[in-house]
Amino acid sequence: MISKLINRKIFTLLKVQYSNMLEYRVEIALWAISGIIPFFMLNIWTNNNLNESINISDVMLSRYFLCAFFVRQFSVVWVVFSFEEDSLMGKVSPYLIQPLNPFFRYFAQHLAEQITRFPFALLIAFFFFIFNPESIWIPNLGILFLSIVSTFLSFLIQFLIQSIIACLCFWTEKASSVERLLFIPTLFLSGLLAPVVSFPTYVKSWIYLTPFPYLIDFPANLLSGNETNISGGLSMQILWIFLLFPLFKKIWSEGTKKYTAMGS
Amino acid sequence: MNLRKYQKVYKKFLHTSLASELEYKTNILVDFITAILSLVGSIFLLSIFFQNNGYIGGWKFEQALIIQGIYTILNGITNTWFNPNLTEIVKHIREGTLDFVLLKPIDSQFFISLKKINPSGILEIMLGFFLLFFCIRINQINLNLSFLTQSLVTISCSICILYSLWFFISTTTIWFVKTWNAIEVLRSFLYIGRFPLNSFSFSLRIFFSVLIPIAFITTIPSEVFLGLSQLWKILLEVIVATVFLITSRKFWLFALKFYSSASS
Repeated sequence: MISKLINRKIFTLLKVQYSNMLEYRVEIALWAISGIIPFFMLNIWTNNNLNESINISDVMLSRYFLCAFFVRQFSVVWVVFSFEEDSLMGKVSPYLIQPLNPFFRYFAQHLAEQITRFPFALLIAFFFFIFNPESIWIPNLGILFLSIVSTFLSFLIQFLIQSIIACLCFWTEKASSVERLLFIPTLFLSGLLAPVVSFPTYVKSWIYLTPFPYLIDFPANLLSGNETNISGGLSMQILWIFLLFPLFKKIWSEGTKKYTAMGS
Repeated sequence: MNLRKYQKVYKKFLHTSLASELEYKTNILVDFITAILSLVGSIFLLSIFFQNNGYIGGWKFEQALIIQGIYTILNGITNTWFNPNLTEIVKHIREGTLDFVLLKPIDSQFFISLKKINPSGILEIMLGFFLLFFCIRINQINLNLSFLTQSLVTISCSICILYSLWFFISTTTIWFVKTWNAIEVLRSFLYIGRFPLNSFSFSLRIFFSVLIPIAFITTIPSEVFLGLSQLWKILLEVIVATVFLITSRKFWLFALKFYSSASS
């Protein structure tokens, strides 16, 4: 009975958000294009033969950056910006009355956006293969499944971190600047611009204790067939989710008590 | 007389927008820390590229730092003026408040391009200058009059090109209403400006100097710093900047003919 209800809620939310997202196809296509930085980085790496020093062949590196692009496409999170706007406009008030945590709404929004984005990402990958035909490969089904799981886990970690930051809106109104601050280490340490293997040892010694390499580097290595510790990576991702989820629940329950219904 | 009027109006702009921005003091601090971290991150990325190579695209590490300095200054200018103002255009057009701007006895482009200011960007500009002075010392660059004029000319041309690019995309809002994402695409392309143009493959180099003149924005001023730039390159940049400024102005006036207000 209860599970049926939850199912129906989630299904309806997804359906509504998907049709909403389809309205903004062009916008989402542009979002997809704005994620092509990994390809520029690949160009620097291979054009200067920088990969020789880290023992990754051109082909493997181009697969890595293609996978990094894919993982990034499906783990982009912007919940803090949506929540900040809704909170400043006073839209959060009606959401709070509903018997459903408003973050489910944002969650469905993100999932729907990923579904809409999928064909565009495929199209970009298609063009990538036209220019780099030697890097075409087909991962086996098991690896494909595991990397989809780890990409989803990476998305969950980022969603939780951003939701925690979004809850700061209850105290400060402008939480998005904190998100921009946190985006910097995410950008440079997650492996989007350079694979974590290439980092100097003084960084590598501590980076695997932070969540960053599990956001892009780990799923991308997994999917592209580069060397990686599969069970270790997955368990670290799950560990971070278990650490972040109670924190989110705590800050949410504290924050809703603080809520002052702006703009209404 | 006319110029004095604009000066006076600009003083009022500064006053009002600073007053409203300084309401969020912690925000400014957080943004400043973000700027510092982002610079540290890109120097870190650069050091990865250089850890086993002496040269990238013919540039030494110390020389590539000049590009970072110039990029930081330009990024600071973008964050101080272009970003807050031109994202406001989107709002003006969507809500129909551009009417009020057009009715004022003042140039509309002047009004919408300079109305707002974001003080945290100014700190970033200072950060960039600090890095540039450091680069001048470690590269042992002679400060003489011709060097100063050349660098001043090229950097101001870069600012003009950058402004025109932003203004172009914002102007298209009149037809497409939502252009946040196009700006995001521009931002991701501009990211290329952090690296010497020669480090990319030939086709990308053509793309970034002919279609989107990002190459001009940071590489030519940096070459001036190193005394490598020929006169024709500087002249070319001046011409490109003038063409961009004039077309962006013409394009704005053309676009205004299609403006049909909203919700009124």
